Amino acid sequence: MGELRLMKGNEVIAEAAIRCGCDGYFGYPITPQSEIMETLMDREPWNETGMVVLQAESEIASIHMVHGAAGSGKKVMTSSSSPGISLMAEGISYIAGAELPCLIVNVQRGGPGLGTIQPSQADYFQSTKGGGHGDYRLIVLAPSSVQEMNDFVETGFKLAFKYRNPAMILTDGVIGQMMEKVVLADYIPRVTDEEIDRRHGSWVTNGRKPHRERNIITSLEMDSLKMEQNNIRLQDKYAKMEEEDVLFEEVQCEDAEYLLVAFGSSARICQKAVDQCREKGIKVGLLRPITLFPFPKKPIAALAKQVKGMLVVEMNAGQMVEDVQLAAGCMIPVKHFGRMGGIIPSPAEVVEALEQKLIGG
Amino acid sequence: MNLADIINPNNLVYEKPKLLTENTMHYCPGCSHGVVHKLLAEVILDLDIQEKTIGVSPVGCAVFAYNYIEIDWQEAAHGRAPAVATGIARCNPDKVVFTYQGDGDLASIGTAEILHACNRGENMVVIFVNNGIYGMTGGQMAPTTLLGQVTATTPNGRDAGRNGYPLKITELIAQLPGTSYVTRQSVHTPASIRKCKKAISKAFQAAIDKKGTSFVEVVSTCNMNWKMSPVKSNEWMVDNMFPFYQPGDLKDSTKADPASYTPLKN
Repeated sequence: MGELRLMKGNEVIAEAAIRCGCDGYFGYPITPQSEIMETLMDREPWNETGMVVLQAESEIASIHMVHGAAGSGKKVMTSSSSPGISLMAEGISYIAGAELPCLIVNVQRGGPGLGTIQPSQADYFQSTKGGGHGDYRLIVLAPSSVQEMNDFVETGFKLAFKYRNPAMILTDGVIGQMMEKVVLADYIPRVTDEEIDRRHGSWVTNGRKPHRERNIITSLEMDSLKMEQNNIRLQDKYAKMEEEDVLFEEVQCEDAEYLLVAFGSSARICQKAVDQCREKGIKVGLLRPITLFPFPKKPIAALAKQVKGMLVVEMNAGQMVEDVQLAAGCMIPVKHFGRMGGIIPSPAEVVEALEQKLIGG
Repeated sequence: MNLADIINPNNLVYEKPKLLTENTMHYCPGCSHGVVHKLLAEVILDLDIQEKTIGVSPVGCAVFAYNYIEIDWQEAAHGRAPAVATGIARCNPDKVVFTYQGDGDLASIGTAEILHACNRGENMVVIFVNNGIYGMTGGQMAPTTLLGQVTATTPNGRDAGRNGYPLKITELIAQLPGTSYVTRQSVHTPASIRKCKKAISKAFQAAIDKKGTSFVEVVSTCNMNWKMSPVKSNEWMVDNMFPFYQPGDLKDSTKADPASYTPLKN
């Protein structure tokens, strides 16, 4: 077993990045995620693994630094919180369009606008439906514990390189600021330049080699027929993600008559709500999407044949509920319960909402 | 000398640089970009760095720069080339990275990125083609458009009260301790082309020697959007652009004692 520590979610992202052989981090301070870069700067990984850590002049510059370094085949990442991710939208679209791998961490806070520094899940649409311009998707992982903050750094990079597509860890101020027990991963050495050439020689721009054609990384294509083909290739990739890389967790769903659907910190609250319901004799289960894209449509569709209704619990005005309704296919009532503006719902509120919106209604 | 003698390989005195591709350039006849591309191709080959050089192309007329020089290229978003180059250079310190940017890209939408990359002293070369106008989008006002200059968005001439003043960004860049070589060149005569090539070569040598950022502005023409012939454009540039954007070196600390500046730490 790896090293056991008590750590904050944000600190764990930094530690996991160093340990998984990340080549570079580029970021800009914003609450509630600044500990990620602070931890990296304090750890000085350039002395240990050779990892580059750079504080950029803006979120815009951060994501385009990631764009550049990712183009050279390096394992690179950035992190921010909601308003900063909006600024990065341009760069994320370019990275998706150019088909480059990278990891983006969004420790969400409440919006819109400058909003609040308190936790929120209101960036679900932005993260799962694109966020920037054009038809693209991110691989979106939603951790619900500090342990998953650790685990999803490497998972995110693996999926990003598998599909040559940006991956995002979509978390929030609750998980980012929370301290929990975590088993840290063992160190993985950084990938050497020779290995990058061997694995990614067909696309990386790290200097033309005698044994290969020069590479050009661009998302630009003036010929519409070719541009449509590029889009079709992207869509095929997203379809493959939906076939091969959907992650979710089911809690007490076997005999459930009602289902809670929640991701990230909301799922933690719902776990407690499930227990409270069961104490009252209501048979409730929880489905926790772990990948928000690709979305676990099939397990939701299957449970729609079993349960009497679903309550989607999110810290927003109702975003994932639309995907759950689509997956459930109008067979049963699918309702939403959410708090906004940085308010975290209590398990008791969730139980009450379930009783009012589904059982009593 | 008859034609057979002229085309005899033994009598060859000049040829297209080997690093320029066979692709037909999309630039308008008379445009300065083609000359600057040729110089870049020559310098990269002269320094034998074609296998470790990565070019970062901009958004603007030079968006397709990657089609013309036989090296690895990455396309950046509008104005973000210095950030893209920073990412490449920081993670690949043994490589040579340059950005190729126009005035709208570098001095308007990408002002933050260029100033901060130069201020950090990223080991890179910046080629800044300044023709005082937006070419690709059809001749709108650029940050470097001169007062009184007519463009699509200043049809009665740039007015300081309405449009602000032309920006001497190269003078700003020269103030930054991260830059080692900052120069302003042009490519309108054979002599100026030779001088510009020397400047580009010096800039790349400084990047190879890890002396921070080198910045080469090339004051250029855009005869299409200036609505003049190429010859007339050159004359207009000399008469109007040069008094404001004066050619010459603004800064050269490439020969300074290495102990006198702080090298970039990765």
